[in-house]
Amino acid sequence: MSGHGEQERQLFELGRLVKAGLTQPLSLMRRGGVGRILAVRSSDGDREVERGLLEMGFVEGACVEVLHYGLLGRDPLAVRINQTMTVALRRGEANAVLVGPLLDQTADARSSASQEGRPL
Amino acid sequence: MTAGTLAAEGFRPLRIALVGPPNSGKTTLFNTLTGGRQKTANYPGVTVERKSGRLRTPVGHTVELLDLPGSYSLRARSPDEAITRDVVLGRQAQEGLPDAVVCVTDATNLGQHLRLLLELRQLGRPLILALNMMDLAQKRGCEISTEALSRQLGIPVVTTVAMRKSGVRDLLGQIDTLLNQTPTGGGAAAIDDWVEPSPDAIRAYHREVERLLPEAVVREGAPERLTRRLDRVLLHPVAGPLILIALLFLMFQAVFSWAEAPMDWIDGGMAGLQQWLSAYLEESLLKSLLVDGIVAGVGGVVIFLPQILILFLFILLLEDSGYMTRAAFLMDRLMSAVGLNGRAFIPLLSSFACAIPGIMAARTIAHPLDRLVTILIAPLMTCSARLPVYILLIAAFVPATTVWGGIGLQGLVMFGLYATGIVGALIVAGVLRLTLLRGGRQPLLMELPSYKWPNPVNVLLGLWERAKIFMRRIGTIILSVLIVLWFLSTFPAPPDGATEPAIYYSFAGLIGRALEPLLAPIGFNWQIAIALVPGLAAREVAVAALGTVYALSGDEGTVVEALTVTLAQSWTLATALSLLAWYVFAPQCLATLAAVRRETNSWRWATFMFVYLMTLAYIAAFVTYRVALALGGG
Ligand SMILES: Nc1nc2c(ncn2[C@@H]2O[C@H](COP(=O)(O)OP(=O)(O)O)[C@@H](O)[C@H]2O)c(=O)[nH]1
Ligand SMILES: [Mg+2]
Repeated sequence: MSGHGEQERQLFELGRLVKAGLTQPLSLMRRGGVGRILAVRSSDGDREVERGLLEMGFVEGACVEVLHYGLLGRDPLAVRINQTMTVALRRGEANAVLVGPLLDQTADARSSASQEGRPL
Repeated sequence: MTAGTLAAEGFRPLRIALVGPPNSGKTTLFNTLTGGRQKTANYPGVTVERKSGRLRTPVGHTVELLDLPGSYSLRARSPDEAITRDVVLGRQAQEGLPDAVVCVTDATNLGQHLRLLLELRQLGRPLILALNMMDLAQKRGCEISTEALSRQLGIPVVTTVAMRKSGVRDLLGQIDTLLNQTPTGGGAAAIDDWVEPSPDAIRAYHREVERLLPEAVVREGAPERLTRRLDRVLLHPVAGPLILIALLFLMFQAVFSWAEAPMDWIDGGMAGLQQWLSAYLEESLLKSLLVDGIVAGVGGVVIFLPQILILFLFILLLEDSGYMTRAAFLMDRLMSAVGLNGRAFIPLLSSFACAIPGIMAARTIAHPLDRLVTILIAPLMTCSARLPVYILLIAAFVPATTVWGGIGLQGLVMFGLYATGIVGALIVAGVLRLTLLRGGRQPLLMELPSYKWPNPVNVLLGLWERAKIFMRRIGTIILSVLIVLWFLSTFPAPPDGATEPAIYYSFAGLIGRALEPLLAPIGFNWQIAIALVPGLAAREVAVAALGTVYALSGDEGTVVEALTVTLAQSWTLATALSLLAWYVFAPQCLATLAAVRRETNSWRWATFMFVYLMTLAYIAAFVTYRVALALGGG
């Protein structure tokens, strides 16, 4: 359970990344791109999309890698989560997932993650 | 008193449910544990298949095992997931709470699969965690401490390798231990209090898993590489669709070429049976019913069993290996253009064998509208029952010449008929989505499991199940239709000095002739009109009916040969093309309509389907006939 302070820290971190232009929705990531999920939010009233995404492993803090795009309109996408599970989803849903850089931003951590290294 | 002794004293068999995410190995485990002692039935009202089987534990308890549809969460999103939830919560009428639940998880994907276990644990009912696919986990160098996990979770944890007898020994032992314990009787309150988890509750489960895993996972394995490598080709934006098309082509090629020999055997067997009955029985009404009505009719349907099984063999292989979800991935964009979900690809593919399993497979589609559209267009996929009519008419009217270097014109026409059905289905889906069935779409969100070698036991048991369902259909619906048909086309008997074949004077003849004016604009003569009457109930009987109308007799093979000649002489090309167009669309299958009624729980959609298909068939036949006439096909 993350405490109140933890939550505030995360929000602050999120704001910093957004300002620095380091975040983007999952739907806009290029093929082969990796990142860490910062937020999962859906605009629909009953938060159905959000729950669906969470149940398939798209949760704040998880590491994602975009593996494949469909031919037409780059839709749908196949995304690897935490190096273990691959999930197909449409751009519409992928829009609800905000992704930032991997937190341990050293160059070698990033490259080792994209080379199927140790799960994060 | 323990649960075990309760059962031993004969109160009721102990029931254990297998619950887990899709592709965690539930069905494999179920098959290994129960062997052939399993049966598939339907849950009342909802017709989600209920697979149950018996097993004996080492200590000697008899257990009834339930294989439930896969689900990532108890919060159900589709009709089949709702069954899992209802059984686990004891809300399924006539089922009652299972005595214990075995949560099956993929040990190579524990991080995602443990959440369901945490949800189940909340219910406070007897629960065992099975870490399945332990062989794969070990191969990757992954090591998990079951003791640590068991201590943390407070429930028994075992490792399994689902397809090996030796791989399920621990699980059986643990089931015995659990059954010998005094049931705590707890959990009733927790179960009644169950509510769908909110997004934040799911996040809390995620955090709980993150806390648990580091202590249980002694060594992380290397990630799987083969699947990534294969997907680089199979999901490639250009190569992927091409490979899918090639696979489908191979599949249909196999359906036709491999099935030829077994179909000949069945044909020969049925002809032999007919001859034997004819020689053995005296001339009587009973003989007529048996020989002309039942044996000929059943033979005309059983003959499709090889084609259906070959098609399902491919479907089961594609499913078990993990490719099917890739096909859904590749097709999703195309299908979403007409408002369908990529998942609909799987039911629609099954519909090429027979619309009924296709319609039932649509249960995996969560959104009610998506699912309804899929069900409504499933009959437009060319099922194998249309083939005899296609083959007959093509043989009679399309010259066996080749066009464009080697491609046979006959094959091309056949391909055109398949394509017409598919294009028609896409258009219908698009129109429905813009008119009657507007509104919310289901997200795709689908796991692409890692590739595995298909398990032969799974595939064989799956085929056996399909064969049983098909034969049961023949024994029930088709048999009754055939008897009614025989009655309609035999009575009343023709008057003395009749000039037309006997069927002309029968009830079927009366109905057919009454329909004739309605069918004249699309070029159908009274013979076709009469043959359509039985064909409306089950389209595969139409060829036999045409044989009767043209007063041809003999076993099936000779009738078809003679029909080819007769039709080529007595019909115009325009009429033949019109009938083909009719057959692409016409709803000529009572069993399909019954399946739609069952699956949608209302006659409304079954009626709607009948009406829209009939209208399409009439329009298609009319246009085809008129165009063909104008082009000189009269
Ligand atoms: N190597 C290995 N493969 C397994 C094991 N259990 C299941 N499989 C395979 O995993 C795939 C999915 O299994 P299935 O029983 O259909 O999963 P379900 O969706 O949970 O019913 C199939 O190809 C099985 O052959 C296991 O313990 N080890
Ligand atoms: Mg299964």
